[in-house]
Amino acid sequence: MSATQATPQPQIPVTVLTGYLGAGKTTLLNRILTENHGQRYAVIVNEFGEVGIDNDLLVESDEEIFEMNNGCICCTVRGDLIRTVQNLMKRRGAFDAIIVETTGVADPAPVAQTFFMDEDVRKAAKLDAVVAVVDARHVLQRLEDTEEAEDQIAFADVILINKTDLVSAEELAQVEDRIVSINPYAIRHHSERCAVDLKTVLDRGAFDLDRILSLDPHFLRHGHHAHECSPDCDHEHHDHDHHHGHGHDHHDHDDALHAVKSTSLTAGDLDPELFFPWINQVTQVQGPNILRLKGILAFKGDPQRYVIQGIHMIVEGDHQRDWKEGEDRVSRLVFIGRDLNWDVLKQSFEACAA
Amino acid sequence: MTTIAPVDVDGFVVRAGFINASPFFACGSGTVHVVAGSVADIAAHRGGLLAARPALDGRSLISSGDDGRVVRIDETGEVTLLSERARKWIDLLACGPSGAVAFAAGRTAWVRFSDGREKEFSFDRAVGGLAFAPKGLRLAVARYDGVSLTWANAGGDPVELSWKGAHLDVSFSPDGKYLVTTMQENALHGWRLSDAQDMRMTGYPSKVKSWSWSRKGRYLATAGATAAVLWPFTGKTGPMGQTPLQLGTRGDALVTCVACHPKEDVVAIGYGDGMVLMGRFEDQAEVLLRRPGQAAITTLGWDADGLRLVFGSEDAEAGVISLQ
Repeated sequence: MSATQATPQPQIPVTVLTGYLGAGKTTLLNRILTENHGQRYAVIVNEFGEVGIDNDLLVESDEEIFEMNNGCICCTVRGDLIRTVQNLMKRRGAFDAIIVETTGVADPAPVAQTFFMDEDVRKAAKLDAVVAVVDARHVLQRLEDTEEAEDQIAFADVILINKTDLVSAEELAQVEDRIVSINPYAIRHHSERCAVDLKTVLDRGAFDLDRILSLDPHFLRHGHHAHECSPDCDHEHHDHDHHHGHGHDHHDHDDALHAVKSTSLTAGDLDPELFFPWINQVTQVQGPNILRLKGILAFKGDPQRYVIQGIHMIVEGDHQRDWKEGEDRVSRLVFIGRDLNWDVLKQSFEACAA
Repeated sequence: MTTIAPVDVDGFVVRAGFINASPFFACGSGTVHVVAGSVADIAAHRGGLLAARPALDGRSLISSGDDGRVVRIDETGEVTLLSERARKWIDLLACGPSGAVAFAAGRTAWVRFSDGREKEFSFDRAVGGLAFAPKGLRLAVARYDGVSLTWANAGGDPVELSWKGAHLDVSFSPDGKYLVTTMQENALHGWRLSDAQDMRMTGYPSKVKSWSWSRKGRYLATAGATAAVLWPFTGKTGPMGQTPLQLGTRGDALVTCVACHPKEDVVAIGYGDGMVLMGRFEDQAEVLLRRPGQAAITTLGWDADGLRLVFGSEDAEAGVISLQ
């Protein structure tokens, strides 16, 4: 469609808050609502519960999954979110950003997909970050019991490892390792009672994409030396020793088959004539198994960086900014998913090189 | 000769129209501006106003908001509370015969009768839209996978019309023979009520968020494409197998709002860039009524004689266009 509006208004940033029941989502929400940060948030919660109620832009919303009539089972959106965002747009100017809290057992995909698949929501709002709150004490058990817990971690851009005061340093290292094994690209923070600098979870934007993609997961996993981080630090806690093998973990064989894994693919300049058909084909065929993909790409003869992201079968890309002088023109693409054919993915991506 | 009198409004215009002969502009800010000589700014809701519909007698406006209130506003600006559902965002409204008002939030719909009685209807999935049949207190509730038709005043099981997908707004044809819904997909769905025959109206590049029945219900005009698309409901089979009329085709903007003239076969068309024009069915003649502005047209409304047209946009633009 070439139809445009006279003056497109900026998209409102949306933060999606996920996390298992009891992980601390409500605590984080209450901090966001009560701290004096000068930002006004509209908050969509699944249940009023313990959330402070003196905000007239707080709304309770029952999860309504809409399947799209296009034969694609992973193309689901949240109908209630579409409706609430449209309602909020009637009060544009009364708030600066939107926070969506999901239920503890929610699949994060429909929430995230809503911001790409529904044209009205897309015009009004953009997904800023998916923040997962993880209970350091219980997360390993949750990961054994449920797929949702793994999905939440796999989907996250930011992971808040909460209740760190309830575990030993060794237990925390195990938690950290397990999370890294699912999603090494999320920015991780430690907290007690969700006490984090809110700047580290809100309004992250493209800022994180660069960070995420500048990380080499292989380098991370074999991190060389440990150093100390305060709970609030904004850099990767990638230096804990990685325990290969998880010998005590009886789910190991299961992990090998259906566990969430990730890969970071790199190349130099790409040929867009090869890349776009390739990424379309990959997401069409393997979409249900792709939880997220993100990348920064260099196309031959293109002075601008091209940023791409996707969820299941949805892929979206746009030019971001010029490559800076002296900046390496490197194309990087990250996949997080289940049962993907990692080797074929790598080879076929590399075949898109210009 | 047409003239535009701009009206100062304080936000997204949810609905514009006339109470008696006075133009009103109901805004997302919670304010309803009524132009009766001077402009009165009425604080209808404590928070945002989410929906507003003129009562069927044309003498008052019903609105609902995120303060959980459903109110009636008359021409003098007097606000009367009709119903309240604490902490619910009431974003769907329909006005029915005999002063009945239907409203909904989430998975529950209510009907308030003119004597103040209320009746509750619960559904498994969220209510997408509400409409009263032209005669009798028959309520259509659009929902996921279809529409439920129920007699608001009596008990009994609802009649279920099924079609897979999320149905949003719903409307009866003025003769009561057809029921049409807008969908989450870029399509309309319809049923011939005599035999529940399905109708599919597709081909839109975006969602249909505005529609209007023409004089005597001969056409259903719809937004959502680069032209106003008008489906004929004249023959025995309605629009089935027929090509719709297309009026006001543009290459650079989508139609966001339509309103059929009350007396002529003419439709007012609002676009995503704020332009408003009117088109005649018969020869597709067009008259420009407003040049592009700041933002998409969200609402259009004719007065009873079809001599004045009110408009509003997403970005606090509004006015009264006089055709005389």
